[in-house]
Amino acid sequence: MRRDEGCEPSPLAADLTVATVLWRRDVIRFLRQPSRLLGALGQPILFWAIIGSGMAATFRMPGASVGYLQYFFPGVVLMVIVFASIFATVSVIEDRHAGFLLPVLVAPGSRAALVVGRCLGAATLALLQAALFLLLAPAAGFPLRAIDLPLLLSALALGAFSLAALGFAVAWWLDNLQAFHAIQMTLLLPLWVVSGAMFPPSSRLPAFAAVLRCDPLSYAVGTVRIALYGGRLPPGLSAAVPAGAGASLAVLGGFTALTLTAAIVACRRRA
Amino acid sequence: MAIAPAPPLLSASSLRHAYGARQVLDGLSFSIDRGDVFGFLGPNGAGKTTTFHVLTGLLTAQQGTFRLEGRPVRAGDRTLRSRLGVVFQAGSLDLKLTARENLVLGAALYRVARAQARRRAEQLLDFAELSDRADEPVERYSGGMRRRLELARALIHGPSILVLDEPTAGLDEASFQRAWRRLDALRREEGLTVLVTTHRPEEAERCGRLLILHGGRAAAEGTVEELRRRVAGDVIDLELAEGRSPELSRAALAARFGGDVRLSGRTLHLERTRGHEWIPRIVEALPAGALQSVSLRRPSLADVFLQVTGRPLAGGEAPERPLPRTLSPRKELGMLLRR
Repeated sequence: MRRDEGCEPSPLAADLTVATVLWRRDVIRFLRQPSRLLGALGQPILFWAIIGSGMAATFRMPGASVGYLQYFFPGVVLMVIVFASIFATVSVIEDRHAGFLLPVLVAPGSRAALVVGRCLGAATLALLQAALFLLLAPAAGFPLRAIDLPLLLSALALGAFSLAALGFAVAWWLDNLQAFHAIQMTLLLPLWVVSGAMFPPSSRLPAFAAVLRCDPLSYAVGTVRIALYGGRLPPGLSAAVPAGAGASLAVLGGFTALTLTAAIVACRRRA
Repeated sequence: MAIAPAPPLLSASSLRHAYGARQVLDGLSFSIDRGDVFGFLGPNGAGKTTTFHVLTGLLTAQQGTFRLEGRPVRAGDRTLRSRLGVVFQAGSLDLKLTARENLVLGAALYRVARAQARRRAEQLLDFAELSDRADEPVERYSGGMRRRLELARALIHGPSILVLDEPTAGLDEASFQRAWRRLDALRREEGLTVLVTTHRPEEAERCGRLLILHGGRAAAEGTVEELRRRVAGDVIDLELAEGRSPELSRAALAARFGGDVRLSGRTLHLERTRGHEWIPRIVEALPAGALQSVSLRRPSLADVFLQVTGRPLAGGEAPERPLPRTLSPRKELGMLLRR
């Protein structure tokens, strides 16, 4: 039964394996819990329909004829991503408490591979849930055929991966569910609210516009918005996004690199 | 022509590690031969868990070197890690997955080919007596079944060194015996080298070689018999009656008979050859009613520990370090209960 003791796995191969194993585990566990799938889909639909119709009567997009349900839709897509990343973070904390990550840490893969595997798993689940919700795009006035899919996918993938990495770094550093909930309420949700997801910045509030430009989530919401309109925003909406598609993707790429580095550093520091 | 002796399978020299001001490993060295069952015996706080973490790469010791078959390796080196099978004290299974899935997932972490992993999982499920419930989620398993699965998972990639952290902590006598029969069979059949950390003398008795860990270094090392010989002859245990000062009684006996009289709790221990001849004299030397009970026995490893370190094995020493975050609350609770 013994394997050849002289054979040494190449580091890259070992790392790829660890990342793949963790990714696959996340997907298997998700698909095995239908209630999670239902919640992942039901919640944003309710959110979009209820808040969307409530606000529709009072919302006026300055200089553009866009209804609130349409304006809000890209924001809810990002909300799906944000919530999925929160869920992934909670599962990292749970896994550490249950000891599941110990055998991964003593296996020959590196800690960076562990981080990448977990983030890929979390991002995949986030994308899966976002894709399901996006099937409703026609109801919000975005014909599926008109959507710029590569741009949409890039924005969502970068957003999901970076938020998963941010969550991992926080989870590893905190290791405490209560503290994590506090952070999520005071950091993640406000970041989403001021990202332009719920309302656009107005010229009367220059501070909000400044905050929007500093919030990495607003670049994700903005790019999703641009992609849903097929790459070209209708007149008047350009004030709602912090930058063009290319610049936004670059910002998201930078944010991803930053959060991934933070997660790997956190994971290397501590068992 | 003389053949150079084979280098030890795994050796460590001068491991040192501190948590803040507290030196947890203080120049620990050991050397383990192929096929050994090697035990690290010590109470909580002696450095066992830190030794386990350093060996398995969970923690990098601040100083010290490892050698694998004579070649220097970094602590936590990938080659070293790929040769180890690790059993944690606290549970580390994915409870949502089935036993079979846990095994296959464990195999994948070590790049065991899929078909081979399935075959090996089948054999190990049989070995762990879990074949009939292999496709149930582990959350439905009993504690004993989970521990057997943990052991099976540690073996899935065919490691040459099995490292177990307090493998029988919390097990009853029957489960303890079964667990060790299983380990002995594995060692014989697969030529495994086994490393165990433990605070239980009866577990240490099962080891071929033993290192007594005290204050982060090796206080003594040898076979169980070699260590036992450090305690001369028999051990006489004198359990004192309520109201007697243990310190005064100890002083009185030491003054009367000389030699070492050790104290743990309310029991005095004397080591004497031909112990049965000493008992009447000792009993007569003490005031009537001073003793609750008197007994004579062969020295145990707990006596050896007391003799070598001057402290009882089941004593209340300070915990060796802040618990790492990865440990589960269950383990922390277990440590508290044992303390």
